Amino acid sequence: MTDLLRVHSISKTFGGLTALQDVSFSVQSGEILGLIGPNGAGKTTLFNVVNGFYKPTVGAIFFKEQKISHYKPHRICKLGIGRTFQVVKPLQRLSVLDNVLASAFLRAGSKAQARERALELLRFTGLYEDQDVISKGLPLGKRKRLELTRALATQPQLLLMDESFAGLNSTEINDLMKITREIRDRGTTIMIIEHHMKVIMSVSDRIVVLNFGLKIAEGTPKEIGSNALVIEAYLGEAQSA
Amino acid sequence: MKKYLPFIILALLFLVPLVGLNSYIMHILILVLIYSLIGMGWNLLGGFCGQVSFGHAAFFGVGAYTAGMLYTKLGWSPWWGLLLSLPVVLVFSLVIGFICLRLRGPYFALATLAMGEVFRVTSENLVTWTGGDVGILLRERTWVSKIWYYYIILLLAIGAFLLIKKVMGSKWGYYFVSIREDQDAAESLGIPTTVYKTLALCLSGALTGLAGAFYMSYMGYIDPKVVFNLHDISIVTIMVVMVGGVATYWGPLIGALIMVLLAELIRSNPGLGAAHQTLFGVLLVFIIIFLPNGIVGDFRKIVKLFKPGRAG
Repeated sequence: MTDLLRVHSISKTFGGLTALQDVSFSVQSGEILGLIGPNGAGKTTLFNVVNGFYKPTVGAIFFKEQKISHYKPHRICKLGIGRTFQVVKPLQRLSVLDNVLASAFLRAGSKAQARERALELLRFTGLYEDQDVISKGLPLGKRKRLELTRALATQPQLLLMDESFAGLNSTEINDLMKITREIRDRGTTIMIIEHHMKVIMSVSDRIVVLNFGLKIAEGTPKEIGSNALVIEAYLGEAQSA
Repeated sequence: MKKYLPFIILALLFLVPLVGLNSYIMHILILVLIYSLIGMGWNLLGGFCGQVSFGHAAFFGVGAYTAGMLYTKLGWSPWWGLLLSLPVVLVFSLVIGFICLRLRGPYFALATLAMGEVFRVTSENLVTWTGGDVGILLRERTWVSKIWYYYIILLLAIGAFLLIKKVMGSKWGYYFVSIREDQDAAESLGIPTTVYKTLALCLSGALTGLAGAFYMSYMGYIDPKVVFNLHDISIVTIMVVMVGGVATYWGPLIGALIMVLLAELIRSNPGLGAAHQTLFGVLLVFIIIFLPNGIVGDFRKIVKLFKPGRAG
């Protein structure tokens, strides 16, 4: 396994607020890396830094050994990092197919080719039947899957999934977990932010835990589940009761 | 039926002048086509790409002055302006885009509003180049009859219509709409948003500039207050598109038809003449509240409203 993404002592401050402080870790090719932490721990900020929306205040990010932390988001996407948003952002007034088509153009030579890829992906994520629906009218579960399909249409080598499971019912969660694993099996490395412990523990190969912008732990789900610092971050100190 | 509608409209547009209409009605029709051309240009940037401009008079005026100055400075026919306004407007679009496109939403709108005024004031003061407030007057018109003018602007409008359809069906069109819906999401899906916003602005400016160049040849007189006019060009263009239907293909034509007819109707009534801007304002409020997608965009809603026995 090689490092696909290397986050090297990243700090990000907004004025006086430190959102991330000296965070380092790496994502290896072919794994699913979970990113967890209490609300406000800096998870989405970290995604925004990796994705290029924010420039890190200190530190650097390397993707396939290339420094990307000064690139714009579209360039980072072109290099092979796709992302989904916590608050889904579909092209509201367009059909599901057109949504996916718009992002498939990135690596397609022609509209026909883009369309073919978009349809194939819609079949994969189970939205094929809904391809003509205007995306505004989709229920949340399907909108989340559309968001994922759009990101996949850019054919990423690394996919950043920001709370794709939030607000889904248990059937939808199981379906999406299956899809997530399949995406990885097809060769896309995944970094995932999730609050659902059941999901994160079962789907991740490794987990990185953030709290107040600091990395407090890194390890396999089993190690994380028994880590005292992590338990404290989530449940508070034992004696405080 | 719906499939043939465009062809029927097209045939009507081609045949209309042959009926032998008087020159006032021909003038109205030409105005409708001029405004629908500007509207289509505006719609590409404001409707499809979501960058609402309040300064399209800048492009219109630059197109008109390109044609006019070819005549006053070089002694060429202003018709060359139709060709040469394209590169000139493109250069100005790049400059305007460089300044304004880094801003988003209302800030972009305000910056373009300022741009339109900057162009007007500049052209008023660059007397050696533009002739200032005296304007540019063509000593003779190409044709007395309006028929040829009508066919030229009709062809320009049809060309613009087809171009926009073509662009919107391609990668560019998908990218424009992606930018409108969510610029951050578009950026993270690999779309270089600055590049595509600039492209939309250039195309939009070019179409508007064409209308301006035609206007010079057709009207035979321009001055900065006419072609860089905030209300009559920039604002009316937005109204044309809003009334007709933002981000629709036929909206600008329908909107231009309604707006031009309405303006003429009000102006020809001596009691109402001065109030035409007030009435435009009332119309705009009405459209925003009841038909936010314009007449073309909310066509189904209108049909439903007039169908008997469906209420309640």
